[in-house]
Amino acid sequence: MNSRTLLAAAALAVAVTPALAQTTPKRGGDLKFAVSAEPPNYDCHANTSFAFIHPVRPHYNTLLKFDAPNYPKIVGDLAASWTVSPDGLSYTFKLHDGVKFHDGSGLTSEDVKATYDRIRDPQGGARSVRKAAYDDIASIETPDRLTAVVRLKKPNASMLANFASPWDCVYSAAKLKQDPKFPERNILGTGPFTFVQHAAGSHWIGKRFDGYFVKGQPYLDSFRAIFIRGAPMVNALAAGEVMIEFRGHSPADRDRLLGSMKDTAQVMETPWVCNLVVSFNGKKKPFDDVRVRKALSLAIDRWGGAQALEKIALVRHVGGVLRPGYELAVSNADLEKLPGFSRNVEASRAESRRLLKEAGAENLVFKLTNRNIAMPYTPVGVFLVDQWRQIGLNVQHEQLDTKLYLAAQQKDNPTYDAALDFNCDFMDEPNLQLIKYLSHDRSPINYAGYVDRKLDELYDRQSGELDKKKRVGILREFERHVLEQSYIIPTIWWHRIIVANKKFRDWEITPSHYLNQDLADVWLDQ
Amino acid sequence: MLRYIVQRIVLILPTLLGVALLVFLMLRAMPGDITDVMFKGEGGSVPPEVIVAERARLGLDQPIWVQFGKWFWGLLQGNLGMSMWTGQPVAYEIAIRLELSLQVALMATLLAVLIAIPLGTLSALYKDTWIDQVIRVFSIAGLAVPSFWLGMIIILVLLTLFTWHPPLTFTRFTENPIANLSQLVWPALAVGYRYSAVATRMMRSTILEVLQEDYIRTARAKGVFERLVIMRHALRNAMLPVVTVIGLEFAFLIGGLVVTEQVFNLNGIGKLFVEAVTRGDNTLVQGLVLLVATTFIVVNFAIDMLYAWLDPRIRYR
Repeated sequence: MNSRTLLAAAALAVAVTPALAQTTPKRGGDLKFAVSAEPPNYDCHANTSFAFIHPVRPHYNTLLKFDAPNYPKIVGDLAASWTVSPDGLSYTFKLHDGVKFHDGSGLTSEDVKATYDRIRDPQGGARSVRKAAYDDIASIETPDRLTAVVRLKKPNASMLANFASPWDCVYSAAKLKQDPKFPERNILGTGPFTFVQHAAGSHWIGKRFDGYFVKGQPYLDSFRAIFIRGAPMVNALAAGEVMIEFRGHSPADRDRLLGSMKDTAQVMETPWVCNLVVSFNGKKKPFDDVRVRKALSLAIDRWGGAQALEKIALVRHVGGVLRPGYELAVSNADLEKLPGFSRNVEASRAESRRLLKEAGAENLVFKLTNRNIAMPYTPVGVFLVDQWRQIGLNVQHEQLDTKLYLAAQQKDNPTYDAALDFNCDFMDEPNLQLIKYLSHDRSPINYAGYVDRKLDELYDRQSGELDKKKRVGILREFERHVLEQSYIIPTIWWHRIIVANKKFRDWEITPSHYLNQDLADVWLDQ
Repeated sequence: MLRYIVQRIVLILPTLLGVALLVFLMLRAMPGDITDVMFKGEGGSVPPEVIVAERARLGLDQPIWVQFGKWFWGLLQGNLGMSMWTGQPVAYEIAIRLELSLQVALMATLLAVLIAIPLGTLSALYKDTWIDQVIRVFSIAGLAVPSFWLGMIIILVLLTLFTWHPPLTFTRFTENPIANLSQLVWPALAVGYRYSAVATRMMRSTILEVLQEDYIRTARAKGVFERLVIMRHALRNAMLPVVTVIGLEFAFLIGGLVVTEQVFNLNGIGKLFVEAVTRGDNTLVQGLVLLVATTFIVVNFAIDMLYAWLDPRIRYR
């Protein structure tokens, strides 16, 4: 099957999916899906990996959630309704009545308060990795059993979306009072599935919670997450041993699966909220010189690269600091005016050579530190090395194991020259996506080592700006400054490809592999 | 003989101590630690104080000699420590996977022995005939083909011809022998083929060597039946190096099926090894290295004992 036929098949599959979704859901069945890694513990508040979300999220609910078919629209999960005060300083949530935890105890607003208090200020040895997202919360009040009021110190444009975070599993206040570390080793949620078993290194099993508060859901009897990765995972999908893997496949795997699964496959594709960026070590010469950094950005033909790389890697979209297509992202017309994004690559490269000459770095030799994960790090790394060679630079491609790769970028003593870094989170909200670009004393994930108070100030301004139009203006200024300074430069945004067995129904792909994983409304057509 | 056994056992302890110390220091010499992988591996913006607290919880903020002292003291009490990734005891992490790895190793060994001894012997006895040529092609192909590649081919053939994939999760033989074997027979076949090729080559060359010995010539001159010469005199003496190869290969299989376990998605010791190294779970890596070292030492010891049984000259020394 050639690539054109495969793409046609993929397009057909995508087109067919909505029609399939209109069928009445059937109850029953055991959904087997693949997860290519395994969580270290069971605590939503202390984890960062999709390997955690995929098996664990079906056991829990969050206050709000993203409406998968209409992303980034937000809908209630445990909250039946909510209101935001006109000044943006007060959020009032009304909870569904009759929600039960898996041990039979009822959910109240005290559980919501205890959960968010734990995230904001973990006590008793509990860990919270998203504390900073809730720094603007002043207090949480519980005027009655089903009402929670969150009061902010100052307006925060991202706050509502934060309450839809898939990581903010609502825990039982009673259990947290007994032991703040209870969720690390125990699963007790209100979600559609109860916990049955975690066989370390092998699989994770959940079964339908008959007391789930959404009547009639979930449809599945049970689910089984199987820890499997790489080619064996693709084989298992091809054989129908698993129905889906929720993170994403490379174009090559998609084509192979379409070839072997034929009419039993459905393909879903979407731009992905993940981006590969290049960080320059600002603590090392000559990368402390803006002319050198900018020259290296100008040398990259992102438009041509995206066209070529989309055939072999899971990258496809050219964009700035926010995902292309996202409502607050820069338009293509404006993007092309920014340094490094012109379609006239020859002119950009001429400017690049001029800047390097001016900086005395014409024959620059340096190392690009990369992760030893094939997709998409290797092809994009090779592409960048080639781009820089085209302006006469000598670049060595160094691919390291994740531990060594991260160690090379250690904030206090970075040893790298340039590194292919990544920016990936559960939503497009700028408060989350732009953290990487803040000064290194404010951002735990800025490995470029710079301090730029202008960026910090613009970030804070956009965060507190509730007027969307004004916020967009600030974001454009932020983006222009990032690209002019080229401390960290975006390369090509990812493209998410999911191949699933057609028996697996009513699951919607979203731009994030962390979202839409509660499995409440999916079913098996068998 | 008893003195010999005691001597060998006494030597095991300093060997294990040396291995433990070496592995501990080598792991610490590498930059980075598990907290990076745990919190930054997916790009999460995790506050530095969380990472500092986690390092303290895992004892990574203490001097190396304190870390080693604590770990070694635990080791002396039979405690391999806790996995830094899962927080579960290392002994538990190993125990739940050891059964599968042992079964694959045993099945592969059995297959190798059943193939290698007759084929190696036949190949030697019919040296340079077509029988020898066929067996040599079979065994050299086994040496040339990596087990994981053969495993991939097996999977692809099963997928293409039968649209069937071996089960993805382990079932104990005692619970359901069919489910158990339908998962493990394929990796045992992939590994056992290469294993049998090594042993077949060794068997052939040692038989050829033994057949030149004076005692074989003497036996034949005395008119002993050829079958008896081969079975009683040649085969038994030729087994010594073959036993070594089989023993060492068996020990290797306990922790060395890294890629094959990935290909068949087997939740065994090899896969655990890869995950522990990738995550930087030093305590688990230390436990696994000690397991492999102990396996090699025990297997070597068993081989030496077998030598003594096969060759009386070793006992009399």
